[in-house]
Amino acid sequence: MSIGGIGAAFSEALSLIAAFDHQVLEIALLSLQVSGLAVAIGLLIGLPAGACLAVGRFPGKQTLAIVANGFMGLPSVVVGVVVYLLLSRSGPFGELGLLYTPTAMVIAQVVLVVPLMAAISRQVVEDAWREYAEEFAAMRFNWRQSVRTLLYDCRYSLFVAVLAGLGRAMSEVGAVMIVGGNIDRSTRVMTTSIALETSKGDLPLAIALGLVLIALILLLNGLAFSVRNWAMRRFD
Amino acid sequence: MSMFPISASDLRFVPNGHAVLQGLDLTLGGEGISVVLGPNGAGKSVLLRILCGLLVPSGGQLRWGVQQDCPAGVAMVFQQPIMLRAAVIENAALGLIPLGVGRAERQASAWAMLERVGLADRAKDSARQLSGGERQRLALARAWLTRPRLLLLDEPTASLDPSGAEMVERIIREIRTEGCKIVMTTHNLGQATRLADDVVFMANGRVREHVPVGEFFRRPASEEARLFIQGELPWQMAF
Ligand SMILES: Nc1ncnc2c1ncn2[C@@H]1O[C@H](COP(=O)(O)OP(=O)(O)OP(=O)(O)O)[C@@H](O)[C@H]1O
Ligand SMILES: [Mg+2]
Repeated sequence: MSIGGIGAAFSEALSLIAAFDHQVLEIALLSLQVSGLAVAIGLLIGLPAGACLAVGRFPGKQTLAIVANGFMGLPSVVVGVVVYLLLSRSGPFGELGLLYTPTAMVIAQVVLVVPLMAAISRQVVEDAWREYAEEFAAMRFNWRQSVRTLLYDCRYSLFVAVLAGLGRAMSEVGAVMIVGGNIDRSTRVMTTSIALETSKGDLPLAIALGLVLIALILLLNGLAFSVRNWAMRRFD
Repeated sequence: MSMFPISASDLRFVPNGHAVLQGLDLTLGGEGISVVLGPNGAGKSVLLRILCGLLVPSGGQLRWGVQQDCPAGVAMVFQQPIMLRAAVIENAALGLIPLGVGRAERQASAWAMLERVGLADRAKDSARQLSGGERQRLALARAWLTRPRLLLLDEPTASLDPSGAEMVERIIREIRTEGCKIVMTTHNLGQATRLADDVVFMANGRVREHVPVGEFFRRPASEEARLFIQGELPWQMAF
C-alpha cells in the first residue's frame, strides 16, 4: 500500500473516532468489560494470594513464589489453549457451553492476570512485612490480620499493579482469540478486531481501534503515575 | 491470673555463639516504673524483646507469674516505631485489631486516646509525616490503648528535644498512674531519676544491681555502676 493510502486510512480512522462510530464503541466497550471483570476477579484472588506468600510460613512457599513469578510472563496463546481444552465440548467443563462466549474470555484473562497480581503483591507486601513484622508480633497479630493490614498499607502500590494487570489483559490477543473466537457482535474485542480487520484490509477500522487501545493504555499509565505520586506525597 | 512477679533466673541469650545475655537474674513486681540502665550493647533491648516474647532465650528460666509463655496484656514501644502508610487515627487504633474490637469502636477509643496524648488535631494527618516526638507519642497511644498490664518502652525519648521528652515523660507517668507496670530503657540519667521507682543496672549481659532509684544514684554498689554514672554525668564530679 502507498504512503498516500496509509494517510487516507489514518484520516478515515480519525473520523471514525471523532464520530463515535458505533462499531468502534461497541468493540472498545466489550474489551473494557471483559478485561475489567477479569482484573476485578483476578485481584480478589491474586492480591491476597501474593500477600499470603509473603507472610506465610509453609512448605513449598518458595516454589509457589517462583511459579507466580514465572507465570507472570505466561504466553497468552498458551493460556488460551489450556482454557480452550477445559471448556471445549469434550473437556471437563464442556457441558457449561461457555466456549466462544465473553465468559470464556473473562476466564482466560483471569488465568492470565492472577499470577501477575500475585507476584507483584508478594513483592510489595514482603517489603512492607520486613518493616512491620516485629511491630505486628508485639501487637499479637495473627497471620490473617497481618495480611489484611499489609494489603491495606500497600493499597496504592497494589492499585498500580492492578492497572498494570488491566493493561496486560486489554492488550493480549492470543487467549481471547482462541476461547472467544472473535465472533462479530459477541466476542469481538479490540485486539482480535485489529488482527482480523488488518488481514481483511479494512485498515481504517483497525487503525481506529488501535488508537483507542493506545489511548486507553496511556490513560491507565497516567492514572497509575498520578495515584503513585499523590500517595507518596500524602503518606510517605 | 497475674503475670507478676516476672522472674528470670540464669537467663541466657546466645545467638550464633555470641553471648548477649549470660546468666541474667531479675524479678519484676507489678507496680511502678523499672528503668533499665547500662552501656551500649549491654543487652537492654534484647531483654525487653524477651519480656515481650519476641525473642526466645537460649537458656535459663523465665516466668510471667506462673506462666511459661508470654501472656496477653504485654505491649512494647520500639525505639523506632513503625507507622502504617495511613492517618494518625488509623495507626492509633491498630493495636485493637488483635483484641477483636470492631472498627467503629476502635476509632472512637483511638480518638479519646489521641486527645490524651495531645495529637487529636493531627488525627487525619499522615502518621509517617509526624515529627519524632509526635511519632513517639502516637506509638505510646497505640500501645496504651490496648490497656496492657506490662508496657515495655525502648528508649522512648532518644533523639527528642527536652520539651518533646517532657511530654513523653508526662504520658509515661499517666500510664503508670493507671496501674500499668512499665519497664523502660534510657540513656538519660536525669530521666531515670525523674521516672524510675527502681533501677535495673545491666552490664555484659547480666543484671549487676536492682535497687530503688535513690539508692542507685547515691550509693552505687558496683564499680561498673559508679563508672557508668560518672561517665554519663561528668558534671557530677564538680559537686
Ligand atoms: N535479635 C537479635 N538477634 C541476635 N543478636 C541480637 C539481636 N538483637 C540484638 N542482638 C545483639 O545483642 C547485643 C546487645 O544488643 P542490645 O540492642 O540489647 O543492646 P542495648 O543494651 O539495647 O544497647 P543500646 O544502649 O545501644 O541500645 C548486640 O551485640 C546485638 O548485636
Ligand atoms: Mg537498645
